[in-house]
Amino acid sequence: MTTKKAVSKKNKKQSDHAPKITAHDLAKGQREISVSEFFTKNRHLLGFDNPRKALLTTIKEGMDNSLDACEEAKILPDIKINIEQVNNAEGRFRVTIEDNGPGILKSQMPRIFGKLLYGSKFHRLKMSRGQQGIGISAAGMYGQLTTGKPVLITSKISPKKPAHHYSLVIDTQRNEPKIIKDVEVKWDTKHGTKVVIELEAKYQKGRQSVDDYIEQTAIANPHADIIYINPEGEKIRYSKTSKELPVEPKEIKPHPYGIELGILIKMLHDTKAKKLQSFLMKDFSRVSAKVAKEICKKANLYEKARPTRIAAQEADALYKAIKLTKIMNPPTDCISPIGDELIIHGLKKQINADFFVSNTRAPTVYRGNPFLVEVGLAYGGDLPEEGLIRLLRFANRVPLQYQQSACVITESVINTTWRNYGLQQSSGALPTGPVILMVHLASVWVPFTSESKESIAPYPEIEKEIKLALQECGRHLSKFIKRKKKAAEEIKKKSYIKKYIPHIGIALKEILNLNDKQERKIVNTLTDILERSRS
Amino acid sequence: MTQTITRIKQSASSIHNKITKRQKPSMHFPIRALSNVKYTPKRGFFELRGQKKVRTLTVNTVKTFAQTLRLMSLSKELIEKDDIATKREAYYVSKNWGDARFDEQPESDTLMDDVEAMFEVNREQLGFIPEEKGGDVAGQLVVVDRDQDTGKQIKIDCTKFGSGAYSIPISVEHLKFETKAKFILVIETAGMFQRLVKHNYWKKTNCILISMGGVPTRACRRFIRRLSEGKKIPVYVFVDGDPYGITNIYRTLKVGSGNAAHINKYFCVPNARYLGITPQDIIDYKLPTHPLKDVDVKRAKDALKNDPFIKSHKEWQNAINKLIDMGVRAEQQSLAKHGLNYVIEKYLPQKLKKPNSFLP
Repeated sequence: MTTKKAVSKKNKKQSDHAPKITAHDLAKGQREISVSEFFTKNRHLLGFDNPRKALLTTIKEGMDNSLDACEEAKILPDIKINIEQVNNAEGRFRVTIEDNGPGILKSQMPRIFGKLLYGSKFHRLKMSRGQQGIGISAAGMYGQLTTGKPVLITSKISPKKPAHHYSLVIDTQRNEPKIIKDVEVKWDTKHGTKVVIELEAKYQKGRQSVDDYIEQTAIANPHADIIYINPEGEKIRYSKTSKELPVEPKEIKPHPYGIELGILIKMLHDTKAKKLQSFLMKDFSRVSAKVAKEICKKANLYEKARPTRIAAQEADALYKAIKLTKIMNPPTDCISPIGDELIIHGLKKQINADFFVSNTRAPTVYRGNPFLVEVGLAYGGDLPEEGLIRLLRFANRVPLQYQQSACVITESVINTTWRNYGLQQSSGALPTGPVILMVHLASVWVPFTSESKESIAPYPEIEKEIKLALQECGRHLSKFIKRKKKAAEEIKKKSYIKKYIPHIGIALKEILNLNDKQERKIVNTLTDILERSRS
Repeated sequence: MTQTITRIKQSASSIHNKITKRQKPSMHFPIRALSNVKYTPKRGFFELRGQKKVRTLTVNTVKTFAQTLRLMSLSKELIEKDDIATKREAYYVSKNWGDARFDEQPESDTLMDDVEAMFEVNREQLGFIPEEKGGDVAGQLVVVDRDQDTGKQIKIDCTKFGSGAYSIPISVEHLKFETKAKFILVIETAGMFQRLVKHNYWKKTNCILISMGGVPTRACRRFIRRLSEGKKIPVYVFVDGDPYGITNIYRTLKVGSGNAAHINKYFCVPNARYLGITPQDIIDYKLPTHPLKDVDVKRAKDALKNDPFIKSHKEWQNAINKLIDMGVRAEQQSLAKHGLNYVIEKYLPQKLKKPNSFLP
């Protein structure tokens, strides 16, 4: 208390002498911060912390968009990725991502690539790779910041129409695209989009590399054909192993349990419904007339009240009432899993192992959001015996590369007792052994811990589902390991007998002065006795 | 010697018979551990109790089984040729055995001990000898040995080694002794032995000095045993006043070890007595001490609980408990605190005046 007083006294003294600052003065310093400007200063939030990660994030955002677009248009994706080192500059790369998707309307192109937070995916609840509409434009902006080069976009929406080419930069002050070049071009393809971004980056092989990311994307997307040309000029092709598009995820309305107060207020404002009861029924999933009435009653609100009025005064009561009302879980058919069979196909395509198993859980719900967990596991073969297992994390078919330790998937794997399933594991660590483990979380809204979408937040419902799937795969794994051990012991037993029995023959022959025939008989008899015995 | 060969052959042919009958052969060994020995003060040494382990031929034992038989065959060959092999040499011979070879010497040593125990002979009778030498001797003793080539008698006078000493050979069965010494003083450390030799202590007291250099080897134990029994001379033991000196060095000299219980009968000195350093000496002579380490205390408590020798002598239990209570240990050479030759001029003469007070 005393210090506080002293401080305020001091402040008072100072303000006595210093010229007075008025609210008007302060107001002069206040101005709008554009989103682009904010992210220019906080680019680590979006996954552009360093040149190596910037390259990965750029590829990732481009591929996410391409895959999402193709699937929405029901086209089997053919994606080409090309990373070239720009001749005259060290650490400068040109990234080209090309797809056979539906293309983008000319009018939309500048905003999609030249404005942050512009997208189709944020305002809806549907399982998709992208969510916020930040990714590709942020990549373009990063390129622009580090090289001064614009983003080049070419898109064609129909074989009958010419392709459009734009060259864009972002006005980071106003969060608006600035068109530098706008031309029609010839492009020999039916439809599709091609994005070229030049950026400062670092290409490095190994864990968390672009190569890894693309390989993992191929595993989780067996229906996609991916051609990748790396900066060394090597061309790698990941062919499709499935000719079926994933079942299209359905868009759903939000479930009342998953909504936060702020969003509820915004929804009350924006709704087209005239009455509170119809607002609840129309704008949410799983709210029947009866449930809506019950909510209104619990909130002590008139069911015919105008939603906008509620927004201002009684949203809090409504919010509390929702939590108190029993509401059916949201529909879960909106989730599209990769599927047991395709997971194994995907793993087999890239990994030479002795044993594969997968498990797709039934969809369930966390905080009103439907989700589903899938696990795939490969064991033995070419995988290294030594060291920790390799864990591949996926969210809506997108590989997660960074922040492994902060992710609920990692936590769930660590908290599973792998010793029961024939792997070694020290406490608080991933198990060790020749294993690649992939865990896929599919959801209409994946709860990432940050905007760069690198790890998933630890909801207990999610952890529980992951563990159940892991345990199921673990049980199959342990059966396989046991069988394998038994077979190995059988072989060892045979070789042991072959190795040492002759020495018993030699020794007995030497001690008892036996002849060769007797020695042979000893060896044959003993071999027979031991091979028949179990131990 | 031929008796050993007969035993090896008997054992081998019983294995052969079993195989002919299409049965799994097995070998029986006494368990060589402190838990499987008994001690009766009258008989004076550790003896095996009945516990045996059976090694039946199975997939898991086939390697050791084969190695044991090959070792027996090697032993037979050595005896027939009247040759010997050191433990290390035997290990190297096994390198000719292909897959049945020993990778490390401890493996062959263990199996050698097994064979020894199985036939209740000592390894010298099997033709195997250790690397280590037996110990050093100085004083009023003539050892009668024979020339290795001619077989002629050689007399070795242990008073004529000056500042050096006679070294006990690996095999001592053939030695004869001539002596008029009044007692044998067996000493733990080479340092104390050197001091007593330098000052011709044996001349003043008419004794034989023997240095063990730690836990006495089988040869050293056998040498002292034959000498003291043959010539009826008492044996006094002078070691560090700590659990290791008492329960390992002195105990092994007097009654043998758990591991070699099958041959203790020959390799022990039941009439040995403990001169010092006793826990009481630490007090009486105001000796400088070191604190007992955890391992010392553990060793002492283990002995109180498990060692049949300590358990049958109340005096030893009292002494060891006293040591634990005091929490200290004293080395032989700590007597130097009172002057370098205090041990010769005061300590030993005072002690030797009352040999009846020596610990059993």
